[in-house]
Amino acid sequence: MAETATPAQAESGETRRDFLYLAAAGMGAIGTACVAWPLIDSMNPSAEVLALASTEVDLGPIAEGQRVTVTWRGNPVFIDHRTQAQIQQAEDVDIASLPDPQADADRVETPEWLIVIGVCTHLGCVPLGQRTGQSRGDFGGWFCPCHGSHYDTSGRIRKGPAPLNLPVPPYQFTGDNIIVIG
Amino acid sequence: MSGFQTNSRVIKWIEYRMPVFSFLNHSIGAGYPAPKNLSYMWNFGSLAGFTLVIMIVTGILLAMQYTAHVDYAFDSVERIMRDVNFGWLLRYIHMNGASFFFIVVYIHMFRGLYYGSYKAPRELLWILGVVILLLMMMTAFMGYVLPWGQMSFWGAKVITNLFSAVPIFGEGIVTWLWGGFTVDNPTLNRFYALHYLMPFVIVAVVVLHIWALHQFGSNNPLGIDPKGPQDKIPFHPYYTAKDSFGMGVFLIVFAAVIFYLPNYMGHPDNYIPADPLATPAHIVPEWYFLPFYAILRAIPDKLLGVIAMFGSIAVLFVLPWLDRSPVKSGRFRPIFRIFFVLLAIDVVVLGFVGANPPEGAWLITGQIATFWYFLHFLVVLPLLGVFERPKPLPTSISEPVLKGGGSLAGAPAKPMEKA
Amino acid sequence: MRKGLLFGLAALAASASLPLAGPAVAAEEGPALPKLEWSFDGPFGTYDRQSLQRGLQVYREVCSSCHGLKYVAFRNLADLGYSEDEIKAFAAEYTVTDGPDDDGEMFERPGAASDYFPAPFPNEKAAAAANSGAVPPDLSLMAKARAGGADHIHGILTGYEDLVPDAVLQSIFEHETMKNEEKYEADLAEYNDKLEAYNDKVEAGEQARRPLEPVQPQPIESIEDLGLAEVSNFNAYFPGYGIAMAQPLYEDGVAYADGTPATIDQMAADVSHFLMWAAEPKLEDRKGAGIKVLIFLVVFTGVLYAAKRKVWKDVH
Repeated sequence: MAETATPAQAESGETRRDFLYLAAAGMGAIGTACVAWPLIDSMNPSAEVLALASTEVDLGPIAEGQRVTVTWRGNPVFIDHRTQAQIQQAEDVDIASLPDPQADADRVETPEWLIVIGVCTHLGCVPLGQRTGQSRGDFGGWFCPCHGSHYDTSGRIRKGPAPLNLPVPPYQFTGDNIIVIG
Repeated sequence: MSGFQTNSRVIKWIEYRMPVFSFLNHSIGAGYPAPKNLSYMWNFGSLAGFTLVIMIVTGILLAMQYTAHVDYAFDSVERIMRDVNFGWLLRYIHMNGASFFFIVVYIHMFRGLYYGSYKAPRELLWILGVVILLLMMMTAFMGYVLPWGQMSFWGAKVITNLFSAVPIFGEGIVTWLWGGFTVDNPTLNRFYALHYLMPFVIVAVVVLHIWALHQFGSNNPLGIDPKGPQDKIPFHPYYTAKDSFGMGVFLIVFAAVIFYLPNYMGHPDNYIPADPLATPAHIVPEWYFLPFYAILRAIPDKLLGVIAMFGSIAVLFVLPWLDRSPVKSGRFRPIFRIFFVLLAIDVVVLGFVGANPPEGAWLITGQIATFWYFLHFLVVLPLLGVFERPKPLPTSISEPVLKGGGSLAGAPAKPMEKA
Repeated sequence: MRKGLLFGLAALAASASLPLAGPAVAAEEGPALPKLEWSFDGPFGTYDRQSLQRGLQVYREVCSSCHGLKYVAFRNLADLGYSEDEIKAFAAEYTVTDGPDDDGEMFERPGAASDYFPAPFPNEKAAAAANSGAVPPDLSLMAKARAGGADHIHGILTGYEDLVPDAVLQSIFEHETMKNEEKYEADLAEYNDKLEAYNDKVEAGEQARRPLEPVQPQPIESIEDLGLAEVSNFNAYFPGYGIAMAQPLYEDGVAYADGTPATIDQMAADVSHFLMWAAEPKLEDRKGAGIKVLIFLVVFTGVLYAAKRKVWKDVH
């Protein structure tokens, strides 16, 4: 239509024109992309969220066999003061048979204390098993009621739709009985 | 006009089921013939639409970070400025975007005023435009309240109090607007809800505005109807190219303000959190409301002042019937042109008056300027239609044989192919 | 073409109202603020890290006993050039209230990088009570919340009786004397009109009250003549000249870590610099991005103009 060239237009004029259009469209595309990034990035975690304080926990009052939930970055963290039997149970597993193979020793700093993020790796529910009387699933760890995932005493996935073990948050012992998560 | 053509099978498939491509082609594409002589003054319509999109996009992202509660609103805005990634950019774009939206729309309106774009058969197009202006004003006013600074609060209080001038029901209306006995949390919440809603109402009216535009097409600097295909060119690529260039210039100015003078059009007091117990020494609305604010204060009576202020916009609704001159473009109306310039100066003067305390010389100037504003629309324009002798009009856009459009009739025009 | 231009000019004039309307409002009374040269001014302006660090020291040792800085977190001090460890150590010197703990009690702990500068008073009422009714404002946004910005803060800090030059004092006295006289003349004219009306009424035998004659004002020659409130201190750059805050800065009030002589002017400039940063921490990001955006847009617009010319070649 309007783009149809008239005979008067020389070859060179035509290429220069095409180049100009390409340059204009290209720069427009680049500019739009550059503007898009700040818009998208504004929805990422903001500075004060990233700087959120780490959580300090005093393990002293937690008795053997007791489980406690604390929050870190808004998510529940399970602290389990495991009994010898539970430790034994966690270590006596054929690692190769696990859906997400990992040794218990790789998941703890000291065997008595298991610290995992209490968010099911399937679709994000909080598994049961922290309070007395709640179902701990078939493997004595945790049981996610949403879609039936069973975790063992090391927080590893054993049965159900969840693909991965409960993740271990970064933490360190700052005293005999004090940990800082984050 | 030949129909929309394509070789793409996908486009053909969609087009057969929903003719969206031929719709676009007829709206902003090669299938929309526009007068060939539109000047850069005709850029501001598409520019206004572009600004509206900028405001909606940044506004939605800001809304994701903002908290509409009197205890948290100010803090949440500061969090946007300090902690949210590029939050300062979003906020400065949005807050200056409001000013630029008004600059663009005001130029667009003055363009229409000068070239008689409101005249038959485009009356409805103009009226829809004035509706958009009103909606913009409401949106801008409510948006300014959201940061909950001192100016936000006291602006909201003063403007909502305008309605207390209404006889008998006034007090009730104001209490209802506030949802309480002063501007408070319920007010902030409803303003937020409405501030989010209104832009989409504006989009809807913009669609109507464009629909009405396409019925008869754009007016043009000569104000005469295109006589045939030789007077027209397809919107794309001619005006898409021209509008894109205009958009580039606009963005340069806009960016310069955002990055180097972001608070220039704002007021320092709005960086002080709202205090319902202490009014700032000078309360002044945002610059784009100043002329209307001046009209409000020019009249010493509360009710009459409010009526005058709303009247200054209401008069625009009936403008197509006030100006009875058959000639559209100001180029061919020698006396109208003088009065047009006077009106432009008058509005600027009103702006200055609105920015200063209503005392002494400012009060009198404001009253004269207000009087002149209404005189222009209600007396001067109707009389001009009767008594002014316009210059002879050119016979067509392609051949303005008479002086006045000489530069337009240079090289032989490339006609629009096959009407 | 000429006619189109005419219109263009008119439209421009209309849009010109906006830059001029702003400053017209800000026109303040009193002497003009001394304008300092700030490193953050101008399109390429950046903050001066040394000055910011000194300003932080002034804020911390002088201002922070009464003024909060609630939007600034310790982690933000990285902008001033401090390392993460320095910030942690700095934060730990503050005590922060946290809680409730497992027993439901609030407790105190040393500050962390993610904490904000603690408020000097637990609440506004306490702040008012401790400062004979005048609440010291939070300083986080002070540099943006006052016309004049950093110059305003510097002006206030150096605007006390013993600090301002005599010329500034004299100009204030002259200005106030003139204002009083203008008011007196207006009152006198009004009085004369009323008196005339009164005399007419008396002549006609009607009841009337004799208007009060305005008192001729005394010229203002000293700060006492300004008639400031009992509790306020004279300040040349504060609206109304009476400020509740006593002169906060004294020669060598702080011992600068970098050895800069702590003159009052130096401290005032440093803390104003620091407060500008506190109010607009993203200024450097903004100006840095601005130059890139503008260069891109100018080139882009040039290309668009060339493309437009090409497209329109056959029309004109």
